[in-house]
Amino acid sequence: MIWLTWRQFRGAAAMMGAILLVLAAVLAITGPGLAAEYSAGVASCTGEGGDCARFFDRFFEDNQASFLLVTVVGLVLPALTGLFWGAPLITRELEAGTHLLVWNQSITRARWLAVKLAVIGLAAVAAAGLGSLVVTWWSGPLDSSAAPGFALMDPLVFGARGIVPMGYAAFAFMLGVTVGMLLRRTLTAMAVTLAVFAALQILVPLLARPHLQAPVTSAFQLSQENIDVFGLPRDGSSPRVALENAIPGHTGAWVLSSELVDPSGRPMSSDDAGTIVPISATSGPCAPPSVAAPGEGGMGACLAEVNRLGYRQQAIYHPFTRFWTFQAIETGAYALLTLGLTGFCFWWIRRRLS
Amino acid sequence: MTAVLQAHELGRRYGRRWALRDCTIEIPAGHVVGLVGPNGAGKTTLLKMAAGQLAPTSGSITVLGGLPAAGPAQLAKVGFVAQDTPVYAGLSVADHLRLGARLNPGWDAALARDRIAALGLDPAHKAGRLSGGQRAQLALTLGLAKRPEVLILDEPVASLDPLARREFLQGLMEAVVEHELSVLLSSHLVADLERTCDYLVVLVDSRVRVAGEADRLLSTHHRLTGPRRDPDRLPADQEIVSARHTERQSTFIVRTESPIHDPAWTVSRLSLEDLVLAYMEMPAEPRRAVLEVQR
Repeated sequence: MIWLTWRQFRGAAAMMGAILLVLAAVLAITGPGLAAEYSAGVASCTGEGGDCARFFDRFFEDNQASFLLVTVVGLVLPALTGLFWGAPLITRELEAGTHLLVWNQSITRARWLAVKLAVIGLAAVAAAGLGSLVVTWWSGPLDSSAAPGFALMDPLVFGARGIVPMGYAAFAFMLGVTVGMLLRRTLTAMAVTLAVFAALQILVPLLARPHLQAPVTSAFQLSQENIDVFGLPRDGSSPRVALENAIPGHTGAWVLSSELVDPSGRPMSSDDAGTIVPISATSGPCAPPSVAAPGEGGMGACLAEVNRLGYRQQAIYHPFTRFWTFQAIETGAYALLTLGLTGFCFWWIRRRLS
Repeated sequence: MTAVLQAHELGRRYGRRWALRDCTIEIPAGHVVGLVGPNGAGKTTLLKMAAGQLAPTSGSITVLGGLPAAGPAQLAKVGFVAQDTPVYAGLSVADHLRLGARLNPGWDAALARDRIAALGLDPAHKAGRLSGGQRAQLALTLGLAKRPEVLILDEPVASLDPLARREFLQGLMEAVVEHELSVLLSSHLVADLERTCDYLVVLVDSRVRVAGEADRLLSTHHRLTGPRRDPDRLPADQEIVSARHTERQSTFIVRTESPIHDPAWTVSRLSLEDLVLAYMEMPAEPRRAVLEVQR
């Protein structure tokens, strides 16, 4: 049975092998250069006084396109195994009628299914694992310099790194098999598999993943780390603050919400351009340079004044230290779902499918 | 000797439609059984249930005394060649033989090889490029080489041209003689079965109409032609299968164990085809009152 499974699967396996090989080759060629550029940049900026923020910004921006491309490849790879390995596994036999041939050899259908699922399912997991490994390795320098919103914990990147792609691949494969068994048509099964898997990939990060552990709620002083734009109008009106989705001292945290609160702790209303901080700009530290006394005023002084008055960034977030915990929990959850689908498939092939 | 197939009130429903119902039948071993009936009569359903490809909705079925497809041992005893003789288009002829060898403990490699050679099939040929007749022969080879005790074939020759059809049936008959297997064969063409089968099951409208050894069926069915007569006035031991009336003449096909003495009748023998057609035309409830209405 293993022979037959392999004989039917070897074309698809070779295809996936080629894709992985190309991916690994491209990443292996470009990866060392990227890592060298990163370490050289970090060495020079730490030598210059330790502020690497500007190097990170530039480095990440230069490589953002390839970063996104590689991340998307990492996200798509598991879905492909579900689509092209899972969905047709049973439907192809049903459509060609060959299930009538193979199910009448001297082996039970349960055993037939078990071998197919084991061989191809493990291949899917292995392919996703290898893909994730090279992607995670290649993106290492970029992940440590990523702009807010593209950090490892952020939804887009989280699913393309670490061990969770293996969980996705196993689940997508079994989802494809199950949908195929129920619908009995290859094309519809592929479409439905893709739709369900994509919906889960959107809904889980939105609805489920934030609650894997209780998020941290905390207030932070305003500083360069969590401010995107600090506007001090020249006409003497109040300063504007637009917050960055980042937590001071918690690089790489997954920020669920971040807003400016006034000294009494109430959230302040904001628009696209940020939040107006209602403090005097006619005199004092936040007055325009023309008005301010010599030695006073300017951005730093105004910011210190805003902080002194008690304006804070109120943030709900998951610190980066939870990355591997989250990866483990989500992989485990998908593994459980996969087992559930597998059990259902065995029940269905014995009871209903014929 | 255990029955090759035993069914008790067997039924299978697809949604609200019964493909087969109340099928009670016992077919002894050692026959080449022809299952005949019009399209959609339930032949495929019955054979698929016998092969264990389909589970019954009601009733029970055993093949060679065991539940169909209950385990590897039962699967090994029953060969099945499905309708349109499916094979893996992407695999070569040799791959198919290898598949059979890997999946069947009782595989007869020599038989498979010799048959393929005798048929003139190239082992390296992809099964998808075989002609319909060659494909059917390949499927039959797979079915035979696993050395089953009973071989079930569902419309194996339906899509073949007359020559391929004859070759296929000839090959089958040779194998039957050589390996002493029972065969269950379905067709909607009686001519195919006439040459090969010694036992007949007629299935119409998802019900078994008549079943028995071909010789016995032929010796107990008669065509009676004579002056017009009401069916009610036939002797009670003559079961009417079909009745036709013209102005002055009646033609009955009857089943009876006893000889026909009435001198008014011209009695003639039936061919198997006549017999099958008579049963196919028979309305669902074969009672005399119904025949009256038909007139």
